[in-house]
Amino acid sequence: MPVHPETGQGSAWLRRFGYVLLYVLLSLVAVLQILPLIWLLLFSLKNNQEVFDMAPFALPATPRWENYVKVWTEGNISLYFFNSVWITVVSVVFTVLFASLVTFAITRMRWKGRSLVLGLFMVGLMIPVHSTLIPLFSLFLKLNLTDHPLSVILSYIAFNMPITIMILLGFYYSLPREVEEAAVMDGCSVNRIFFRIVLPMTASVIATTAIINMIYDWNEFIFVNTFISSDAYKTLTVGVQNFIGQYTTDWGAIGATLMISILPILIAFLVLSERIVEGIAAGSVKG
Amino acid sequence: MDKVMSNRLVAALYVLPALLLLLVLVYIPIVLTGYYGLMQWDGIGAMTFIGLDNYTRLLQDSTFWQSANHTFLLALFSALSLIGYLMIALVLSGKIKGANLFRKIYLIPMLLSSVAIAQLWLKIYHPSNGVLNTFLEAIGFSNPPAWLAEPSLVLYALFVPILWQYAGFYILIYYAALKNIPESLVEAARIDGANPWQIAFRIKLPLITEVIKVTVVLAVVGSLKYFDLIYVMTDGGPNGSSEVMASYMYRQAFRSFDFGYGSAVGFFLLLICLVVTWLLRKATASKDTIEYS
Repeated sequence: MPVHPETGQGSAWLRRFGYVLLYVLLSLVAVLQILPLIWLLLFSLKNNQEVFDMAPFALPATPRWENYVKVWTEGNISLYFFNSVWITVVSVVFTVLFASLVTFAITRMRWKGRSLVLGLFMVGLMIPVHSTLIPLFSLFLKLNLTDHPLSVILSYIAFNMPITIMILLGFYYSLPREVEEAAVMDGCSVNRIFFRIVLPMTASVIATTAIINMIYDWNEFIFVNTFISSDAYKTLTVGVQNFIGQYTTDWGAIGATLMISILPILIAFLVLSERIVEGIAAGSVKG
Repeated sequence: MDKVMSNRLVAALYVLPALLLLLVLVYIPIVLTGYYGLMQWDGIGAMTFIGLDNYTRLLQDSTFWQSANHTFLLALFSALSLIGYLMIALVLSGKIKGANLFRKIYLIPMLLSSVAIAQLWLKIYHPSNGVLNTFLEAIGFSNPPAWLAEPSLVLYALFVPILWQYAGFYILIYYAALKNIPESLVEAARIDGANPWQIAFRIKLPLITEVIKVTVVLAVVGSLKYFDLIYVMTDGGPNGSSEVMASYMYRQAFRSFDFGYGSAVGFFLLLICLVVTWLLRKATASKDTIEYS
């Protein structure tokens, strides 16, 4: 039976009760979303004996930061970490640059075949990476690019291009025509208009796409796992997986490794949360 | 103006790098996947053309149908879970203090890699030391199950981290859509005597129908592609009871070195993704869209 808070008797009490109930519900979901991560942080600071003997959410008597030192210095985690950083940076820069060029050419310039090209990129949103994995593997094998970071970087750029263009599109369409008109009057070339005028104007949406790309590239697994075999080029996602495979029983080390792999994204989120929320909302079609 | 902005050479230069990558790394491979599906091939040696053998084998392969079945079950769970996410977003979009904070907390799991999530949940589900069974034993269950080792439970156990990972994502989409509804419409309904339930189900939900349709497509097509999490947590086991189409493709190609058959599975996956997207869009297409902005 629906409640009529505005008309029913004792409505103030009922409304307050409903309000509290909603808060309890929302808080419960929030706790469930965050609790596994708090537990992870806690066991990353314990040794095995503490993990097994103490209550799961009990604080260790002395936090064992040495778990972090150990996994950072003993295994290849630091190497994987820096691979993740540079591969992510290179991929994001080229994805955003190429996507900006395409979006500019499609939305601001006039030439035949614009809508066909746009259609090709948009259909690309629907294609599952798994269906391309075998031919990509054999292509990179033929080009001698397996076990080479280029195989991963090129794949990231190609597969993230559609979503990046999609986020940029709306923004580019909304730029006023006068921008180019004035520039052309002044004798600007297309290159100058794009690099000196339009690109700087799109800084905010570029930041959004860059963050979305960063999250995808930093967390990507299947391409690295399939194309890269030597430790020298592995990224953190795959490295974590292998590392944990070797240390199945050292819970503290496993926790520390996982924390290292998620910390950069969590810190970025704390600093840039508004933009990330926006970006994920805008990038919703990728799923 | 027209002359400068219709410079075909420049347009080509701007479009070509991205377009070439798209064609070479996305479009040509999907055609090749279908083609390799016609071959007997171990990935390295010579290919032998065997016609549709791989595809007919696929249709008779009970393990494949089992994995397809699991995939569809996960898709169904994902679609159903949208109802819960929608309810939370409805609550959140009301006049609730701290809605922003809640929305951000919900989103955090979405930022993590599926591999990290998988490893974390492996530890949560650990039969003797995991936080779940420790809790269950503490409240009096003497013999909690080994969640990931039970063929009858494993798929549900795998779905929980999926639910956890994507909650914030869908809540965010619904929240953004609900926040877009002009306050005046809700206010008018309230003056006409509508109660909060009526406002939610008669006013707000109909206004965000388009967004709901998009999320259904996203959830269903997204779950056709689950791989990382299942690969790490169970690798399709025990005994194939959590195998999905993507993991079956991977196993056939990169473990059994049957690249021809793996390609056939991959091509089938592609077709299903495209057909399901098309069907869902068609089934949910409406002629009149609601304009309120």
